[in-house]
Amino acid sequence: MSDWIEACGADDIDEEDVMRFDHDGRTFAIYRSPDDEYFATDGLCTHEKVHLADGLVLDDIIECPKHNGRFNYKTGAARGAPVCVNLRTYPVKLDAGKILIQIG
Amino acid sequence: MAKGTLIIGAGECGGRAALALRDLGYDGPVTLVGDEPHLPYERPPLSKDAMAGDAPVIKAIASDEILAERSIRHIHSVQAVAIDRAAHVVRLSDGSALPYDKLLLATGSLPRRLPMPGLGPRCAYLRTFNDALAIRAHLRAGNRIAIIGGGFIGLELAAAARRLGAVVTVIEAQPRILMRGVPAEIAKIVHEAHEAEGVKILCGDAIAAIADDGAEVSIALAGGQDIVADLAVIGIGAVPVTGLAAEAGLTIDNGIAVDAELRTSDPDIFAAGDCCSFPLAVYGGRRVRLEAWRNAQEQGALAASNMLGAGEAHAAVPWFWSDQYGLTLQISGLSDEGSKVVRRDLDDGAFILFHLAQDGRLVAASGIGPGNSVARDIRLAEMLIARRAKPAPEALGSQTIKLKSLLAA
Repeated sequence: MSDWIEACGADDIDEEDVMRFDHDGRTFAIYRSPDDEYFATDGLCTHEKVHLADGLVLDDIIECPKHNGRFNYKTGAARGAPVCVNLRTYPVKLDAGKILIQIG
Repeated sequence: MAKGTLIIGAGECGGRAALALRDLGYDGPVTLVGDEPHLPYERPPLSKDAMAGDAPVIKAIASDEILAERSIRHIHSVQAVAIDRAAHVVRLSDGSALPYDKLLLATGSLPRRLPMPGLGPRCAYLRTFNDALAIRAHLRAGNRIAIIGGGFIGLELAAAARRLGAVVTVIEAQPRILMRGVPAEIAKIVHEAHEAEGVKILCGDAIAAIADDGAEVSIALAGGQDIVADLAVIGIGAVPVTGLAAEAGLTIDNGIAVDAELRTSDPDIFAAGDCCSFPLAVYGGRRVRLEAWRNAQEQGALAASNMLGAGEAHAAVPWFWSDQYGLTLQISGLSDEGSKVVRRDLDDGAFILFHLAQDGRLVAASGIGPGNSVARDIRLAEMLIARRAKPAPEALGSQTIKLKSLLAA
């Protein structure tokens, strides 16, 4: 079991928004859903390696800023052309106002 | 539906349509006919990333395995030569004939030819992967590249050529680059970026003569200058491929004319992507033809759905982008529908121009900035445009007011 890594403060992300988090040469995207839950996925779109944190969050969907590829950030599921490969997701927990993610 | 669905044109639009038919559960025969020797592939990288490496690599939309798995028959390297509408048959250049219940024409567009004598082997156009390979072979340090036409293809290629150390000159007959569809304020940023990278841009000068001796090409400008290059790439727009449709008696109007459901004047024949003109609902049914990747993708999927009887009208807002050096430009909507402009400044020099109609309706948004800095707001603007929203100009112009909050209003 790998360690939990502190990604950001809970208030650093607005509701229905996303933030980039880089750690140890890897890049992740941390989301806050409209119903105030937190999620984490790989940071780059599976289509052309674009940072998803520059994209738009709508409900449980993140849209890639480049070509509008869509993923459900809660499950990582690809939701339509041009993306066909799912995003990897990571466990998230909230601890004393901090967002922790488990990057195995 | 025993004869199945036939798609002529195996580019973004045709390829997406074939996949969409299967996604929608259609289990009849699907045949995709293309005149190139390749799998369906993405064209946008051809003028951008594909030029960056030592050899361009194809970015396929679907692999042979996926096509096989989804029972999509892909016939490559042949042209459709005639449609027999009465018999529901398309004849191909190899002498064979394919029957159809529903036919989709996704024939795309071809580069507009420069109507001048003197062009030869040192003059090139960019449309296909093979064109990209041929051009890439000339892009190296010190080689002189002339780009005829300051539109997106030409400027993206100019940027790619410059990155590889070529000596690049862009020749544009109009008074400025990107005259069509891009506001002057944004074109100026692009112009300055090219000059800062060492590209020479000549605007407002017509070409008087071209001479290509097979080793180099000389371009004489009306103003008296002579540009000598190892390669001239001509990027002066595109024309829809309509010959097959016209021969078959289908209505042509700046492209193959289709209705909002992408049906041509023959109810069993649809057309989508660059080759068709269609009514844009969001602009009161104004008939347009778009040469854009996302439009090709969306219309391919919509045509698939409507060939299966969905009866859905095209409702999308036009959108396109361009990458040059570290800059990305994105435009949604049609800026010529606007009569007033509101500017919103973002971080890092990025900005967005919102185009408003007389009645206050948001009709387009044009943005430019480093990386993907304008993407999110352009996407939100697109949603506002689709809703025919009339956002307060002060709110659009203020960076502190989130565009997303306007969407909720």
